[in-house]
Amino acid sequence: MSCDDKVDCGRRRLLVATSVAGGVAGVAAAIPFVSTFAPSERAKSAGAPVEVDISKLAPGEMMTVEWRGKPVWIIHRTKEMLDGLAKNTDKVADPKSDRQMQPEYAKNEHRSIKPEYLVAIGICTHLGCSPSEKFKTGAESGIDADWQGGFLCPCHGSTFDLAGRVFKSKPAPDNLEIPPHVYLSDAKILIGEDKKGA
Amino acid sequence: MGAANAEKYKSDGTAAGNLLEWVDARFPLMALWNDHLAKYYAPKNFNFWYFFGSLALLVLVIQIVTGIFLVMHYKPDASLNASGIPVAFASVEYIMRDVPWGWLIRYFHSTGASAFFIVVYLHMFRGMLYGSYRKPRELVWIFGVMIYLALMAEAFMGYLLPWGQMSYWGAQVILSLFSAIPLIGNELATWIRGDYVIGDATLNRMFSFHVIAVPLVLVGLVAAHIMALHEVGSNNPDGVEIKKKKGPDGIPLDGIPFHPYYTVKDIVGVVVFLMFFAIVVFFMPEGGGYFLEFNNFFPADPLVTPPHIAPVWYFTPFYSILRANTVNFFWIDAKLWGVIFMGLGVMVFFFLPWLDRSPVKSIRYRGPLYKGALAIFVVSFFILGYLGMLAPTPGRTLVSQICTIIYFAFFLLMPIYTSLDKCKAEPERVTG
Repeated sequence: MSCDDKVDCGRRRLLVATSVAGGVAGVAAAIPFVSTFAPSERAKSAGAPVEVDISKLAPGEMMTVEWRGKPVWIIHRTKEMLDGLAKNTDKVADPKSDRQMQPEYAKNEHRSIKPEYLVAIGICTHLGCSPSEKFKTGAESGIDADWQGGFLCPCHGSTFDLAGRVFKSKPAPDNLEIPPHVYLSDAKILIGEDKKGA
Repeated sequence: MGAANAEKYKSDGTAAGNLLEWVDARFPLMALWNDHLAKYYAPKNFNFWYFFGSLALLVLVIQIVTGIFLVMHYKPDASLNASGIPVAFASVEYIMRDVPWGWLIRYFHSTGASAFFIVVYLHMFRGMLYGSYRKPRELVWIFGVMIYLALMAEAFMGYLLPWGQMSYWGAQVILSLFSAIPLIGNELATWIRGDYVIGDATLNRMFSFHVIAVPLVLVGLVAAHIMALHEVGSNNPDGVEIKKKKGPDGIPLDGIPFHPYYTVKDIVGVVVFLMFFAIVVFFMPEGGGYFLEFNNFFPADPLVTPPHIAPVWYFTPFYSILRANTVNFFWIDAKLWGVIFMGLGVMVFFFLPWLDRSPVKSIRYRGPLYKGALAIFVVSFFILGYLGMLAPTPGRTLVSQICTIIYFAFFLLMPIYTSLDKCKAEPERVTG
C-alpha cells in the first residue's frame, strides 16, 4: 500500500489494523460453525463393541453383524476355501497384508486369528459400497475360470478373495479392513475390542 | 446499470402513472425494466437453441416453488418409526399417498431435477456450438459453469433426502471420494458426514444445504450470469457482434428489444416445454428408472449394497470417468486418480474460453477439425453416460477409458486444432 502526500498515513494504518482485527474475529467466529460438522458426542459414543455368537455358523457360510453402523462379515471358511487362498497369492495386490488394514494379530496369509474364521468389515476400500458374496468357484462365478471364491463390489468392480485381499488392477487400493476383535470363547467373538473384558 | 442517471418516469396524469412516477423516483424500476427487458437489444436471429436459457430459469422457479411445499411435509430423520421404516423414507411415501396432491408436487420436483439437467446440458451445448463463451463473454460462461457445479451439488444432496437404497449408497460413494485425498482424507470424509458412516447427521446437513444454502447460491449466481450477459450483450448463431453495426439512434441494426419480441417467443418455448414436462409428470414420472431409480423405492439399508448401483443419468458421464481409472500411476493410487479426473472433467469447462483459439465463434463458419472434434466429443460423452449406468466389465471399462481420453483430448488439444482449422469468413452482419 503506497503512502503518498494525499493519504493520511495514520488513518490508513488505523484502517488496516481495524480490518485485520475484524478479519481475525471473523475467522474465529467461523470456528464454531465449522466444528458443528464434526461427529457429535452421541455419534462418537455409539461405537460400542458387539458380541457375536458364531456357534451356529456352518462351514462355508457367512453372517453379517452391524458395528459402528458398518457391516462386519464373519465367514466360516472350509478347507477348500483356505486352500484357494494360496492360489491367489500372485494375483492379489498385497498378499502379505503389509499395508495397515488389520491389527497385528491378523497380519498373516488368512488375515484372521483362527484360520477358519475371517472377521472383516464388509465395506469396499474404494468408495464404501458393500461387496456381494461370490462364493461359487471357477467359471460358474461369472468372474473368471480361476476364481477361488470371494467378493465382488457391485459399484466399481473391485474383487476380493476370501481373506478380503484385493485383486490387482482394481479400483480399490487396499485389502478389506479387519476390525479389532477377540475370541471370548470358542463360540463368541467380541468385535471392536482386542482384549477380553477390557 | 446507470440507474441513478437514467431518465426518471414522468406521469401522464392517470392514477397508475402517478403511482409509477412516485415509485420510480424512489426505486430504479424503469431503469431495471429497460436495461433488462424493454431496451435490452438481443440479436434478431436467435434460433431453437436460444430457448434453453429462459427454460432453465423456469425450471429453477418450478423447483423452488415445489420445494417450498415439499418441505412442509418432508422429515429429514434417519431414525426408524414404529414399523421399522426410516422416518425420512416414510415421510416421502406419506407425501405420495396421503398428502392431497402431494404426489403431483413431488413428481414436479423430481421430474424438474432431470429437466433442469436436460435444459442446462442443451444450454451449455448451445454455448459450444456458437462460441458463446468467447471474449467478451468469458465471465458469463464462468458464472454458468459455477451454476452447473452448484446444480450438481444441489441434485446430489436432494437425491439423499428420500433415504432409499440409491440415496444411501450413492451418497456413500460420492462422500467417500473425499477419503481419497491423501493424509486428511478420512478425517475430511468423517467431518463432512458428521459420523463414521452416512447417518442422521449427514441427512440433516444435506437437507439444510439442499433447501437453504445451495438455492441461495444458485439464485445469486443466476443473477450474476444474467447481469454479466446483459453487460456484454447476447451472442447469436452467427457469432458476430451486433454492437459493431449500430444505427443513428445507437441501437444495433440487428438487435430487437428483448421485450416484447423474445418474451413472447420464449412463451412459445415454455408452452412446448411444459407439454413434454407434463407428459413425464403424468404418464412416466419415474422416467423409465432414469429419473427415479427403482432401487430407491427400498428404504436405506446400511448393511446391504444393492447388487447394481448407478447414479442418476446426469452424473453418469463423470461417474464413468471415475471408474475408468484402474491403474496406479506414480505414487498416486487409482482411487485418487479417479477422483482427480472426475473433478477435472467438470473443472475443465472453466478454461474453455482460453482453450479455443479459432478466429470465428460460430460452428457455421468453423472448419472440419472443430466440427469433427465436437461430434466425437458429444458421442464419447453419451457413451460415458451410457456406460455409467451399467455394471462394470473389463470390456466396458476399456471403452470408458478410451472415451475418457477422448473427453480430455477434446479440451487439451483444442488450442492446436482450433488454430489449424480452415474456417470460413464471418459475415459482416447476422444472416437471419
